[in-house]
Amino acid sequence: MSTTQSDGAVRQIYDPVAETPTSYRRDPEGAHPPLSYPGYKSTQLRHPKQPLLYLPQTITEVTGPQLQAALDLKPTDSDLTLQAAGEPIGERIIVSGHVYDTEGKPLRDTLVEIWQANAAGRYAHRWDRWAAPLDPNFKGAGRCVTDADGRYEFTTIRPGAYPWGNHYNAWRPAHIHFSLLGRAFTQRLVTQMYFPGDPFFPYDPIFNSVRDEAARQRMISSFSIHDTRPNWAQAFHWDIYLRGPGATPFEEAF
Amino acid sequence: MIFEVTPSQTVGPYFAIGLPFDGQQQIVPEGTPGAIMISGSVYDGRGEVIPDHVVEFWQADGDGAFADLHGYGRRSTLAGFRGFGRSAEEDGDGVYRMLTVKPGAVPLSAGQEPGRPLQAPHIDVTVMARGMLHRVVTRIYFADEEQANAADPVLQSVPPERRHTLLAQPTADGYRFDIHLQGDDETVFFAV
Repeated sequence: MSTTQSDGAVRQIYDPVAETPTSYRRDPEGAHPPLSYPGYKSTQLRHPKQPLLYLPQTITEVTGPQLQAALDLKPTDSDLTLQAAGEPIGERIIVSGHVYDTEGKPLRDTLVEIWQANAAGRYAHRWDRWAAPLDPNFKGAGRCVTDADGRYEFTTIRPGAYPWGNHYNAWRPAHIHFSLLGRAFTQRLVTQMYFPGDPFFPYDPIFNSVRDEAARQRMISSFSIHDTRPNWAQAFHWDIYLRGPGATPFEEAF
Repeated sequence: MIFEVTPSQTVGPYFAIGLPFDGQQQIVPEGTPGAIMISGSVYDGRGEVIPDHVVEFWQADGDGAFADLHGYGRRSTLAGFRGFGRSAEEDGDGVYRMLTVKPGAVPLSAGQEPGRPLQAPHIDVTVMARGMLHRVVTRIYFADEEQANAADPVLQSVPPERRHTLLAQPTADGYRFDIHLQGDDETVFFAV
């Protein structure tokens, strides 16, 4: 099934009934950070020491939830600047992109959930005690579902960097947390989106836990003059890739 | 052209800003006939409870049908059955409590021919927390399903001395399933 987009490009999209994958490509070695990464100290007591066992992709692994009805999303769920009585302080930004699978097909109806610090780098969370101001007009959470072209969009405030206790003078690069449910249990992803040119990149063990340079680049958004709104908001573009169909049908994999 | 996946990063300590939703631990609505509570905790390598965990369930209903809207497999007809549950609390007591129904046996694949063996009742589980750079995945089986468990190809692929880590134990209102990230009883985690 194909669709013609507003830019004239024809892209393949899934027919949700006819083309649901029956297996998903397994992530290659090094695609994700290791569970044990000494530079990020909290991994020490929180990583399995036994090797992971092979789980065939049965019907349970290739099906997945649809939470739209449970969440009853409203437009303000994707605009983090409209969730309080007043406007939050900071640089207003639009963060948008597409969710694709590894074959480049847009994934529609995909739940995208985000949370982030405010412009000063402080989370609206009672456990965040960093001495930066809270913003009463910024909760820092949003949700949306990708459209028929796999596109998502949030309006928010550019988050600040903040210190943390991992090592002496540790700072997290500015980031937005992203959670994607995907269409199958195998496609679940939680990650962080970073901003281009962040000076803290070389010093952050969480960012650098992804050992492959090209893979790290896939976590960094790009500034997009195209997506900016004149006299209103800057814009950053970030595409997210979830696993695509695998080559091995279940019966052969077991 | 094949693209590479976006890498995982830790869910961090502040996910409770963004991940909880109303009724997140209700895989079935209150009052569903046959509803049970599956509860448990996540333990670190010191044996201490991790209170700021994210635990997610994905499962079939009692008939072995899924709440999957993509059309793969048989669709659940149980009223209000979500199939998905999430425990992501800011200030919980470190115990997740999923209100659900015990899943039925399910086929290996949607196109499976009738008469072929079914998988034992099970639930797919995702675990995430601060200090975990990627999710870990496990499966809940049920200790009182001995016959079905003995024939389950995934459970039988696990070394016998570790299978008990995948068995939920009956309680007064359902089952208990604890997750140990490390230690003598380290839970079996799967590469999916």
